[in-house]
Amino acid sequence: MKSVEIVVNGVERRAQVEPRMLLVHFLRDVAGLTGTHIGCETSLCGACTALLDGRAVKSCTVLAVQADGHSVTTIEALASEGQLHPLQESFWEEHALQCGFCTPGMIMCASDLLGSNASPSDREIREGLSGNLCRCTGYQNIVGAVKSASRKMKRRTAATAAKK
Amino acid sequence: MSEFSTIGRPIAFVDAAEKTTGHGKYTDDLSMPGMLIGKVLHSPHPHARIKSIDTSRARALPGVVAVVTGQDAPTTYGILPIGHDEHALALDKVRYVGDNVACVAAVDEATAEKALALIDVEYELLPAWFDPEQSMRAENDFVHENRPRNIEKEYHHTFGDPDKGFAEADYVAEARYIANEVTHAAMEPHSTLAAFELDPHTGKPGRLTVWSSTQVPYYLQHKLSLVLDIPMSRIRVIKPLVGGGFGGKSEVIPLEITAAIAARAAHAPVKITYTREEVFWAHRGRPRTIIDLKTGAKNDGRIVAAAARVIQDGGGYCSYGPVTILYSGALLGALYDIPNVRYDGYRVLTNKPACGAMRGHGTVNVRFAFESQLDEIAAALKLDPAEVRCRNLLKPPCVTVNGLRVLSYGLPECIDKVVAASDWTEKRARPVQASEKLDLKPVSEGHGFSRAEEVSHLCHSERASAREEPAGRNPAADGRRRGVGIACSHYVSGAANSIIRSDMPHSTVNLKVDRDGGVVAYTGAAEIGQGSDTMTAQIVAEVLGCDLARVKVVAADTDLTPIDLGSYSSRVTFMNGNASLRAAEDVKKKIASAAARRLDCAVADVVFRGDKVFRQGAENVARAPSPAVDRPPGAADDVARSSSSAVKAQGRVEGQILRGSVQQKRRNEDEGSRDWMSFEEAVVAAIDFSGALTGTGSYAPPAEARGGQFKGAGVGPSPAYSYSAQVAEVSVDEETGEVTVHKIWAAHDCGRALNPVAVEGQVIGSVWMGLGQALEEEMIWKDGLLMNPGLLEYRSPSAAESPEIECMIVESIDPEGPFGAKEAGEGSLAATIPAISNAIYDAVGVRLREVPFTPERVLAALRAKKGEKKLNMTRDVDPTAPATFPEHGGALCFKGKGPARHPLDVARADVARAPSPAEGDD
Repeated sequence: MKSVEIVVNGVERRAQVEPRMLLVHFLRDVAGLTGTHIGCETSLCGACTALLDGRAVKSCTVLAVQADGHSVTTIEALASEGQLHPLQESFWEEHALQCGFCTPGMIMCASDLLGSNASPSDREIREGLSGNLCRCTGYQNIVGAVKSASRKMKRRTAATAAKK
Repeated sequence: MSEFSTIGRPIAFVDAAEKTTGHGKYTDDLSMPGMLIGKVLHSPHPHARIKSIDTSRARALPGVVAVVTGQDAPTTYGILPIGHDEHALALDKVRYVGDNVACVAAVDEATAEKALALIDVEYELLPAWFDPEQSMRAENDFVHENRPRNIEKEYHHTFGDPDKGFAEADYVAEARYIANEVTHAAMEPHSTLAAFELDPHTGKPGRLTVWSSTQVPYYLQHKLSLVLDIPMSRIRVIKPLVGGGFGGKSEVIPLEITAAIAARAAHAPVKITYTREEVFWAHRGRPRTIIDLKTGAKNDGRIVAAAARVIQDGGGYCSYGPVTILYSGALLGALYDIPNVRYDGYRVLTNKPACGAMRGHGTVNVRFAFESQLDEIAAALKLDPAEVRCRNLLKPPCVTVNGLRVLSYGLPECIDKVVAASDWTEKRARPVQASEKLDLKPVSEGHGFSRAEEVSHLCHSERASAREEPAGRNPAADGRRRGVGIACSHYVSGAANSIIRSDMPHSTVNLKVDRDGGVVAYTGAAEIGQGSDTMTAQIVAEVLGCDLARVKVVAADTDLTPIDLGSYSSRVTFMNGNASLRAAEDVKKKIASAAARRLDCAVADVVFRGDKVFRQGAENVARAPSPAVDRPPGAADDVARSSSSAVKAQGRVEGQILRGSVQQKRRNEDEGSRDWMSFEEAVVAAIDFSGALTGTGSYAPPAEARGGQFKGAGVGPSPAYSYSAQVAEVSVDEETGEVTVHKIWAAHDCGRALNPVAVEGQVIGSVWMGLGQALEEEMIWKDGLLMNPGLLEYRSPSAAESPEIECMIVESIDPEGPFGAKEAGEGSLAATIPAISNAIYDAVGVRLREVPFTPERVLAALRAKKGEKKLNMTRDVDPTAPATFPEHGGALCFKGKGPARHPLDVARADVARAPSPAEGDD
């Protein structure tokens, strides 16, 4: 067993884990955060995407011990101060989800994408999300939601800048 | 102002909040104190007798609490009453690689997995059957002893006089089509948590609660009762959020019963979640299908006869097999007006995972064959393929030749819409470059192909003698040729006859209204992502004229909710929708009679609208002084919108971003005249009168919609059918055989779109799933071993590969649907595959008769057409004329031995005789 300290959604979690434990199992079974879903456990579907130090990772491809000393953000912490994240709002508003199983991973991956590219084109969104599978939507509304969120975030940034 | 307040509006899903924030719970997210993890031991052999199972070493492993085998629950079950041929854990025989043999319940997953390796099973290998056409000739070693020749079911139907029809035909097309096997691959792997309450006196397991990822909670309760021998009243099935089903969760999957058996043995809750690979083995997908199809037409394109011989490779168990093979026949001749139809359907058992229901159940593969053949006929007769379809329309209200009643029929409008939106006529008329004409040559089977675009309205006498085939549209700069293709499809809005024949309604909904005006709808319908909870809430809110936010849906908990047969065959909107409507009307009547006393009017004159209750005639007058309302943001009614500062969602949907509780302040009794009252006041008046305010509604399909009397007539009839027409635009890379779909235009007749965004979502999702089957999805087998049980190897289109799909909604307003609605979730899938194959033909002039149209198959067909060097395809399959049904999926070669096989295995002998793949010349 190994001792790890992982900051999950701003809270430091200490645990003794087996070296083979995957980060996704740490999030679900140790931290009790089940919003990060397991669709394949082989890094193919992206349902388990979370942010490790702000960058999207498939948390079934990362060992918990690799995340030792790092910070992890999951879907549960994306909303802040009672406000949904623009991506969460947009997935809702654009009907970008049906069964919802891929949604947390999609949103986390999209948040990384928008972090590095504030105004992605349709093609860039499609390429950026191509590691996340969805079997319900045909991706069309997901692309629309990410675009909508990108516009919202830019407006919000502009509004914040104007206030200052 | 629309006739309706919530119906027809783009309403956000009522469960979108929990799904976007990660707080929603799917089955695998649940855990209980003392819960054990279950792992299943699967068979490594395709067909073998179990001589002995020794679990003692596994039991001795520390951390293992229970090990169960077939002996712990020896009762057979199956989704169909005529097909009880499964054991949750194999009793005497295993019938496919992956069949369930034993289950370990242990303190954690690692221990359970370790224990699996300690179970000793002694097998006696049996000859196995993989090719359905060989399997049908079996004389011994049947998959099931009581199914001679391995035929699960066969049906032979004749309607009209097909022989006479073919004799009268001017043109007859005949070909074999093969559609390979596909699976649902829902994002959520199957998961079940089973827990018994322990009897405090005896310590023995008593009441059972099962949480499961199921589309059919009621059937699960039924089968658990059967196999565990516990009365249904002592079993509670709860469906948490379900991460997609597409039919894969529409019957009882072995892990659901196994979890309960293990929990009973362990005296502790047990959760089993399949790995992705196990999900592939659990399967129940769309069977590989061989379709020998013959269609006869007059020179004007009128179809006079159709005959199909269909063989489905059903796998090792019955599952929904007889229903699938019957749907294939029943829907074959019911989309168009075809006077003479012959159908011979065979559902065959083989030693592979059982096939079952998958989106577009039974209709998809046969529709691919039929719509492709119709395209061939149009080309041969020099008719526009869209026009040919228009010449064969039904004339509703009518009954099809096989007894299906059709009342609403939006197909003509669907065709018009896609033809217009896709610029069909212009795209088909694009001139061919002179140089392209040089490589034209007659097709081998002698069909008279010709360029259809020049001839859309030619009469038969103008049929050209020159036999040309389309060489494709102008090659683009990148050397790819473009083409467009059209196809149509349809599907049932629920089966008019339930699986378990009874007089029971197919759907029942209970409503309970609280004193604060909150409405709770209790429904057995299973929300699996399609939006059934939202649909139920919308219908209830519409009938009661109240805010949508007042309605809470409690669904799919067999202790609380009345019986609904489940989410399959696209039945929920039609049937559960009608039940919701009737339940709401029941409640409305009670509120109206109480309100009438206060409003001093007749009950019939009470109007429900805008979250208020009016005396008739007062609803317009009374709009201005809104009662003091603390509204939820986004209240979805016209009156509210005019008077409140509701915060509306900004995007494509309406609805509440944060659903608060609806607290409407009650007006003082003495305030002003009584022209109207708030919804809550009216509810209180009714509750004060009766003590409780509840209502019930149910739905059973009418007798006239239940079909004919012949054997097998029960499958196919539905109270209403959806219709779809699609145009696909593709380009084909002639160097690589790669097909790119650029855009699909899909028009779908859903009766009435209760929630347009939900309908669009379903249609786009269906088309996309059809696209996956058309281009790349395919289960590939070697000696009964699935070669691609993973999401990388079983490829479905990614976001980067998915084209734009333009959805057009057609509303034919069905007379019996709730507010005129019909199904939207499945009917579109079947048209996509032939639309793409027809577009490929239009682009490069090759007719692909085997799905999916992988680059290997397309390239093989292109090379064959040009007389070039052959591709190294397994067993020399020609995708334009697939004659055999190779186990390997046609496009791949394998080396190596595969699973252990019986020396007398017929399939193996055949492989040895077949030309070796190495003889290929590539």
